[in-house]
Amino acid sequence: MGALIGFLVGLVVVAAIIAGLLRVPQVATGLARLRGLDRRWIFIAVWLLVMLPLLFPLKLPVAPTSRAIQYYDEIEKLKPGDIVLLSADYDPASGPELGPMLRSSLLQLCRKKVRIVGDCLWPGGPPLLEQGFTQVARDQFHYKYGEDYVNLGFKEGREAVILAMGNSIPGTFASDFRGTPVSQLPLMNKVTNLSSVKLLVNISAGYPGTKEWVQQASRRFNLKIVSGCTAVSAPEYYAYLQSNQLLGLLGGMAGAAEYEKMTGVTGSATKGMDAQSSVHLLVMLCILLGNLAHWAARRQGER
Amino acid sequence: MHLANPLTFDGLGVWIAALLTLFIFSFLYKDNPFYKLAEHLFVGISAGYYVAQEWWAVIYPQCVKPVMNGSRPLMIIPGVLGLLLFSRFVPKVGWLSRWSLAIIIGAYAGIKTTGFAQGDLVEQFHASLLPLWVPGQLGVSIDNVLFVAGLVSTLVFFFFSTEHKGAIKSTAQLGVWFLMISFGAAYGFTVMARVSLLIGRFQFLLDPWLGVARF
Amino acid sequence: MQRQVPLLLTAGIGLVMLLYFFIPHPLISEPGHFFEDAVIVVVAFAIVLGAANLLQFNGDIIMRRGKDWPYKLVLLLSMFAMIGIGLVEGEHYLDPETKFSWMYNTFYASMQATMFALLAFYIASAAFRAFRIRNLEAALLAVAALFVMIGRVPIGNAISQHWPDGVRLPQISDWIMENPQNSAKRAILMGAALGVMSTGLRIIMGIEGSFARGENR
Repeated sequence: MGALIGFLVGLVVVAAIIAGLLRVPQVATGLARLRGLDRRWIFIAVWLLVMLPLLFPLKLPVAPTSRAIQYYDEIEKLKPGDIVLLSADYDPASGPELGPMLRSSLLQLCRKKVRIVGDCLWPGGPPLLEQGFTQVARDQFHYKYGEDYVNLGFKEGREAVILAMGNSIPGTFASDFRGTPVSQLPLMNKVTNLSSVKLLVNISAGYPGTKEWVQQASRRFNLKIVSGCTAVSAPEYYAYLQSNQLLGLLGGMAGAAEYEKMTGVTGSATKGMDAQSSVHLLVMLCILLGNLAHWAARRQGER
Repeated sequence: MHLANPLTFDGLGVWIAALLTLFIFSFLYKDNPFYKLAEHLFVGISAGYYVAQEWWAVIYPQCVKPVMNGSRPLMIIPGVLGLLLFSRFVPKVGWLSRWSLAIIIGAYAGIKTTGFAQGDLVEQFHASLLPLWVPGQLGVSIDNVLFVAGLVSTLVFFFFSTEHKGAIKSTAQLGVWFLMISFGAAYGFTVMARVSLLIGRFQFLLDPWLGVARF
Repeated sequence: MQRQVPLLLTAGIGLVMLLYFFIPHPLISEPGHFFEDAVIVVVAFAIVLGAANLLQFNGDIIMRRGKDWPYKLVLLLSMFAMIGIGLVEGEHYLDPETKFSWMYNTFYASMQATMFALLAFYIASAAFRAFRIRNLEAALLAVAALFVMIGRVPIGNAISQHWPDGVRLPQISDWIMENPQNSAKRAILMGAALGVMSTGLRIIMGIEGSFARGENR
């Protein structure tokens, strides 16, 4: 309710500021000149506003939102020995947003002594998943491959793979990403299909990803799902969160930073939030100045 | 400053990656041969990666191996159908590739129909049945009313089987306002996503390559 | 034959995949499982077909010395190099010590990430040059975007931490995402679901048969 009032007040305040500024002739003339600004100046501004906060961090505090808390709490409910499916459905293009989510998820899962079966629906995913497993599960928590975690690698087919896994995971992934038959991996003897995993932790960059897992698996195989996704996808998944088809949602680098805070890590997402803040302010300024320049030029043209 | 050592294999990889990154960034000034080289290299490497990945991750373990060792001889059928896709390079027998396309289209039509029906229609409709009055919680009640009003008005906007006039026009107009708020929020998140990717690239340049920061 | 067989295949397989959702009987579920496994293999071949198309298209340009043909040569050579290294490495091609992994990290990962990172510059410049608030609808879009952008980053929390509870910037941003944004997005989801269902059924029933006609109508 308060937020609704705040939103409406914000609407009125912004409109009033703009109307007031345009009435000052010097301001109007100066703004009109901005219309011809070469876009490479904006590129330079973006460059500086990303690089400088990375070199000289402001260390603005990150406050977890309810969605990150839900994601964290859902993983906290797991018990030692539970088996979780970790689907890393992304590639290097989304690495800055999703890599921190993967590492923090692995950190929390390993702290809970949960066993992890990893897979990828994106071809670029397996090396990223393996890097995460190596850095966190193997090197930090001394997890044993084949007993505590398995990387099944990539399988083409998108939704068909999800359905096939619902029927039989060993049938879909006859060997792991190194070519080892899954029958030789002790952990896989305890995994039959999607109904035998306690939770799906889905790190998703788009299609195929969280949407397909929700559509094909959440109700059909009674699969609990938490999702870490790119900021582009996140707005759409709020609907799944509200309908309890998703039990937790991390959106973009901000979501990754919130989750890092909850797991007690100061990772790359947290360190990137200062730069994120400064560029957001720049984009907001660009929107305002661009419109002010346009309106000022129009008023001058009308005179 | 701890520059990556180009005399080691890993360090050489970091230097090449950094230079290619700068080649691509040079497009911001204008199109140039360095960018073109990086662009074409990227397309070639990606295509090669996908082919190798499809062979070792799918075609060999799912088709070639089970057929050769006799564990699943029927998998010869999708193997042959997959090879038929290449018949489109020979005009006389190119029509055979439509059989393979038909398999793909038929399977996904069935899969997606049920997936969307359950995940995006039935469940979403079920979750939209919210109480419009929650005793003792005025804020939640107003939010629920607003939510349902937004949902219904946006659905009315997309209903084109009847002319938008009178009450339907007003309702559709309300739907447009909700849609604009939704698009604005999506735009905000898109800005965040794009900027995050740039931050990641800078973290690579500043840490593994130049070694002036720690991420 | 050229047109009927594909339509029959689509109808038959589509129907089995539809019924498989409702009927767990082995008469339906066994073919359904087989089609799931089969389509995975066929789609993998389709990806390889994409690479073959690249070869045909760029090879043609190289042969007739078309525009930018040296770059096309680089494209094809790098593609063959990656395929060759991948096939030679064997099933352990993705192990961290392999040359394939090195190529992945050095070329694929870095260039793909950078291509997408370019967009940040263009989104800022487009915000200045193209984002125009001309009416109420555009104003609503702009204000929602501004609140979400400032509310989702730490600076928004820092600016408004002493504001009254309920009107802080992150709370306004969250409210926008959970209420008006969510209701409109849900309507889009439901409408799109109806569209996908109707298109899927049209394809299965053979009404949408353009793929079966091919280039020679």
